[in-house]
Amino acid sequence: MFTSLKRIFHFGWINFSRNPGPNLAVIFVLVIVISLVTSLYLFQRPAKFLIEAIQKKVDVSVYFKENSSEEEIFKISQQISKIPEVKSTEYISKAEALEKFTERHKEDPVLMESLEELGINPFLASLSIKALDTSSYEGIISFLEKEEFKPLVEKIDYYQKKSVLQKLLFINYQVNKFGIIFSIFLAAIAILVGFSQIQLSLYNSKQEIGTMRLVGASNFFIRGPFIVQGIIIGIFAALITALIFGGALFLLNPKIESFVPGLNLLGFFTGHIFVILLIQIITGVSIGVLASSIAIRKYLKV
Amino acid sequence: MIKFQNITKVYPQNIIAINNVSFDIKEKEFVCIVGRSGAGKTTLLKLLLAIEQPTRGKIFFEGKDISKINSRNLPKFRRKIGAIFQDYKLLPSKTVYENIAYVMELMGRSDREIARETLQILEIVELENRSHNFPNQLSGGEQQRAAIARAIAHRPQLILADEPTGNLDPYHTQDIIRLLKKIHKLGTTVILATHHGEIIDSLKERVVTLEQGEIIRDEEKGRFII
Repeated sequence: MFTSLKRIFHFGWINFSRNPGPNLAVIFVLVIVISLVTSLYLFQRPAKFLIEAIQKKVDVSVYFKENSSEEEIFKISQQISKIPEVKSTEYISKAEALEKFTERHKEDPVLMESLEELGINPFLASLSIKALDTSSYEGIISFLEKEEFKPLVEKIDYYQKKSVLQKLLFINYQVNKFGIIFSIFLAAIAILVGFSQIQLSLYNSKQEIGTMRLVGASNFFIRGPFIVQGIIIGIFAALITALIFGGALFLLNPKIESFVPGLNLLGFFTGHIFVILLIQIITGVSIGVLASSIAIRKYLKV
Repeated sequence: MIKFQNITKVYPQNIIAINNVSFDIKEKEFVCIVGRSGAGKTTLLKLLLAIEQPTRGKIFFEGKDISKINSRNLPKFRRKIGAIFQDYKLLPSKTVYENIAYVMELMGRSDREIARETLQILEIVELENRSHNFPNQLSGGEQQRAAIARAIAHRPQLILADEPTGNLDPYHTQDIIRLLKKIHKLGTTVILATHHGEIIDSLKERVVTLEQGEIIRDEEKGRFII
């Protein structure tokens, strides 16, 4: 058995190394297929990154009435912090709110003059609440709308943001759904193209397979080398694709980072290189092996 | 060794290639099957190699009905036969050496044994200097010698040669016939299908003559008469 396997691997390597033309054509098509699959995996990253960036900016502000004391507000803050869905709470006092406003609008003389004319601090103390997930805000709000908090709470700045949040959730859902459908569609096309290319290159071996059968080769001995050839082609295509992606990301990463600050695709690529290589090799090898086996089956009927 | 028992082969559109043919071939015999093109020579050899199945009748090889061999055991059966074809049927992506070694590799022989046998056979067919060439780098005569080498390398019990000299000039034809005689002398049964009269007459072996799928003559030390 070991001798047979050794010979099958040897024949497979000979098939691969002695037919550089057709094999290169198959590798080229597989590189395109694997690139598509890799892109689908890799571009989840920017999509997730953008959604996370937007989610980070979303919060709910609870404004307290003028007569609410800091102790009362801290008490509420402690109760809110105990809700598992809450990520963080931040207390902004009247003075801090005024300071932030002045800092933000110091270049705007009209606003600054109006503030001076007013003579008092018009801002309210508030709690800025961030949830772990955008879908948790509804629950947090209903907690704040309880009767016991009504004498203290002036307003909850959520309903203005509600539509933005819902849109965000909807976009997130749609992106995921469309991404999955699009990935399946692209992968199916890519696999079909890879299949036809391999079958086309094996068409020339039709007569050779017939001869092998006539001299007494078993199906295992005929199919084996072509499957090994498929494996070698798949591995080569995967390694070439990994090199292309590594090189392209190395060159393009500074531009991507300047366009979307904080998005480090090269870091993601190198950090997940084993997973990516595994996906690429599995894609390449499975297309290579499946297409070879199916194509050979047709010619084994002598 | 081989028994054709009332063999009939009918192809689609009612083309009768072989019609109720019966004859036996003994071990170590040299049998020439002659006839015009379309007489049924190649069909007879295809039936013996189990490439085709007879429409009626049975073929026995060493007492076993060939039609009963299942696809799993077919390769083992075919390794008992060394087949030589008019169009050589060498494996184009393998060198002469690899073509000859191929069947022995299928049989699981050791690398050392394969190397020794292959070199011996290459010497017999005088292709030592061509061992690393590919079939498309050889002349017609050389290709046919390589095909014969492949057919005899694993020492089969039977050699089937279907028009082995069909594409060769007279010089190379004599070469091939000399080789087949040599193989026969070493104790292998040989079936030679040809329409080459001079060869048949010079061989002075058994001749089975086919015409329109039927045996019209079967003579020991026969001659080519059509």
